[in-house]
Amino acid sequence: MSYQDYSCQICSQQEIAPNIIACCLENAHLAKNAKPGQFLHIQCGDPASMPLRRPISICDVNGDELTIIYEVKGRGTKALREQTGKVQVLGPLGNGFLVDNSLYKRPAVIGGGIGTYPLYLLTKQLTNASVYLGFRNQSVVTLEQEFCQVAEKVTITTDDGSYGVSGFAITQLEEDHKKEVFDIVYACGPKPMLRAVQAFAEKTGVPCQLSLEERMGCGIGACLTCNCETHEEGSAHYKHVCKNGPVFWSQEVVL
Amino acid sequence: MDMKINIAGVELDNPIIAASGTYGFGHEYNEFYDISEIGAISVKGLTKSPRAGNPPPRITETIGGILNSVGLQNPGVDAFIKEEIPFLRKHRCKIIANMAGNTFEDYCEMAEKLSAADVDMLEMNISCPNVKAGGAAFGTNPDTVLAITKAVRTYAKKPLIVKLSPNVADITETAKAAEAGGADALSLINTLTGMAIDINTRRPILANVVGGLSGPCVKPVALRMVYQVHQAVKLPIIGMGGISNGDDAVEFLLAGSTAISVGTANFTDPYACLKIRDGIKTYMEKHQIKTVRELTGGLIVESK
Repeated sequence: MSYQDYSCQICSQQEIAPNIIACCLENAHLAKNAKPGQFLHIQCGDPASMPLRRPISICDVNGDELTIIYEVKGRGTKALREQTGKVQVLGPLGNGFLVDNSLYKRPAVIGGGIGTYPLYLLTKQLTNASVYLGFRNQSVVTLEQEFCQVAEKVTITTDDGSYGVSGFAITQLEEDHKKEVFDIVYACGPKPMLRAVQAFAEKTGVPCQLSLEERMGCGIGACLTCNCETHEEGSAHYKHVCKNGPVFWSQEVVL
Repeated sequence: MDMKINIAGVELDNPIIAASGTYGFGHEYNEFYDISEIGAISVKGLTKSPRAGNPPPRITETIGGILNSVGLQNPGVDAFIKEEIPFLRKHRCKIIANMAGNTFEDYCEMAEKLSAADVDMLEMNISCPNVKAGGAAFGTNPDTVLAITKAVRTYAKKPLIVKLSPNVADITETAKAAEAGGADALSLINTLTGMAIDINTRRPILANVVGGLSGPCVKPVALRMVYQVHQAVKLPIIGMGGISNGDDAVEFLLAGSTAISVGTANFTDPYACLKIRDGIKTYMEKHQIKTVRELTGGLIVESK
């Protein structure tokens, strides 16, 4: 029996940017077993009204506590924002990022928007990470200080130039790669960013892991709803974000 | 307390069946509890050849329900027989092989293969709303239901369940047709066809545009159909549609179900099947009912 449904205490919920909530949950088992890139499948609000759990990536672990950061967007996240006391949580689910500090000496980490949060625990576990974080504008730039404390170097970009470097994070990563030559790239963010990172990895041959998201059902690989396309033919054409991912090698998936 | 039930000569330890498409081949839920604890598993819908299924997104939520359009992604009937039956057979739960096809021949060929394999029952899905190959075209016309049930009956050497579509004007007509064609049992309901739109992009949320609606919101419709079918035919009924707790399950039993299937509730709570089983027991204790079989069709309708 490797899975359990945990009842977790919500320790705190704090709005760290407009509609961006950092939620702290207490559960010793989840905290002990969580790996960077894995996610929690959380029952939000009244299950009779919202039968589906919401998958949210793990941002950080401290002692018996886990932090998730989510954007209040639909019914589920609105309900979670209002929730106090305990929540039902399946986890830690999925395959996380491969962390191997002896194999990879020059890792680059790139994230966009809410996709930056799952990269925090990863960066914490890497010894020498160059981190590139892209945001829409200054109002949603978050965790900059936290990343600075655990990364070798942090570059912030905004689409509108209101903070950090104007433009896309991948442009900065590509620029630095000319001098620093990264030996692995980890990415999480919106699809256009992941496509650009995937193209970079293909062009340069740098190993690359991408964390994907998709609308999800069971969270454990039974319902086959959260599919992503691969280069395989036949019934293996689709893999599933919940069980095969959410982290995939970039050459495995078609974005 | 006696929870055993019998469908067409096959005895189940309890009336809980995991609904096809929500439970895979049992591996994942076996990581939460021993799947021997439930009566039977209706496995993910099988097709003659492996199928990739529909592109994403395949699922979305609505109030009290979900819409899915998986499109029968499955490894094919041969891979199921070779790779999945040995695992399932290690457990006490009965195996129901769910079949979906494009043509009469597809169903007949699968029924023949699966009859020779180590499964307990066959379930003919002629009601998948998400693909042409799901048989929905067969499942909505009583004449075709009669013809395909007759055809498959000659190849099916195991009890044959026909899974009915709710997307019809009168479900008793297709139920009677399946009975006349030689079905041993009926399962109902499959999902109701629905859709959802993203108003910001003006696009359907599901890549398949439409999908099958399930979950608590369909329960009254499903219950009404089970009740009507129970009046119309003599066959045992596997009732399903939004069952989330023991009380829901008891309603389906009283309406005429011999067994009940749990689908969407597995996503909400991975222990749903066990909690529903225990919920039925609680009800039986409270009302001093000794065998679960007594509940089937126990609805009292006062005549005016």
